[in-house]
Amino acid sequence: MTKSASRDLNIDWPVALYETLIAANVRHMSYVPDAGHTSLINLLNEDVEVTTNVLTTEEEGIAIATGSWLGGTRSVVLMQSSGVGNCINMLSLPVQTRIPLLMLVTMRGEWNEFNPWQVPMGQATQAALEAIGVTVFRAETGQDLIELTEQAATMTYEADGQIAVLISQRLLGKKTW
Amino acid sequence: MDMNNVIDRRAAVAKLLEARDGALVVTGLGSPSYDVHAHGDTDDNFYLWGAMGGAALTGLGLAQAQHNKRVMVITGDGEMLMAFGALATISVARPTNLDIIVLDNQHFGETGMQDSHTGMGIDLAAVAGAAGFDVAQTIRSMDGVDELCEQLAKSANGPRFHVLKIESTNLPRSLPPRDATYIKTRFRAHLGLQPC
Repeated sequence: MTKSASRDLNIDWPVALYETLIAANVRHMSYVPDAGHTSLINLLNEDVEVTTNVLTTEEEGIAIATGSWLGGTRSVVLMQSSGVGNCINMLSLPVQTRIPLLMLVTMRGEWNEFNPWQVPMGQATQAALEAIGVTVFRAETGQDLIELTEQAATMTYEADGQIAVLISQRLLGKKTW
Repeated sequence: MDMNNVIDRRAAVAKLLEARDGALVVTGLGSPSYDVHAHGDTDDNFYLWGAMGGAALTGLGLAQAQHNKRVMVITGDGEMLMAFGALATISVARPTNLDIIVLDNQHFGETGMQDSHTGMGIDLAAVAGAAGFDVAQTIRSMDGVDELCEQLAKSANGPRFHVLKIESTNLPRSLPPRDATYIKTRFRAHLGLQPC
């Protein structure tokens, strides 16, 4: 927290997010890449204490995170909003077993979006997650994101939650093309 | 009915479980869960009743969290076909303590015995081999199952994939508990892990 105070979290949120996850004892991560997650993916991949998996499709990460927690290691899944739709039935696994699941979702299709194909799933992301039983928090600023993720980690790993933190496209900025 | 499929699934699974030697077991929904349960309901079995396509990947996460234990995933051809991409993910992750055992009757046995892709020429072991699994083999006899049991006791350099061509019979169901939190909690307790 003291480190975060000297940062502009609207720019430096990826490293603050990394520190938040490590402080929450997360040591396992799975991802489908997204430009918005690039720095966080790199930080976690470079940490020798963290096991990481690149996925072919996002629902794989839901099952992997479930298995990791069964074996005693806290896991996080990174994806963009279009990948949430791929996860829906697999989310029945952590929801029904009540196994902790933390998803960090970068949003597309909601702010300054140039690609219309991103819009339908972007607009449906929160409703789809809530429909299957995942609790959703939404971060609009860097400070929001760090505070939300800190408390989401508590609710996930200590209160058996299945939680998605949505990182707004407004925070991520316009995709450079 | 494919006459080349001669392995009795329950007898084969019984042999594998007798040879598990402390391995943690994750089962795919449907008949593989029943086969494992029929041999005996134990705390170190994690049965799936749904989440089709999730068995091998749950096994991967578990294997990564429990480096010092072996993990055996026992699932069916339909469940594994739904997780085709998982073969790439698991191969790249390269766990050395994960064996995936596919009970392949070449049918969707739970839903009316429709032919599955493996009954129409798709060779799952060849796919796993092409993906880079350390071992990827098809076993067609009980002698082969005995050899597999010996192989399971030996260390691996990467994930291993074993397809057992089993008889496509629908056996009496042997139903594991359906309460997922009960299965989870006793599985974690077996590993010395606390509930929330």
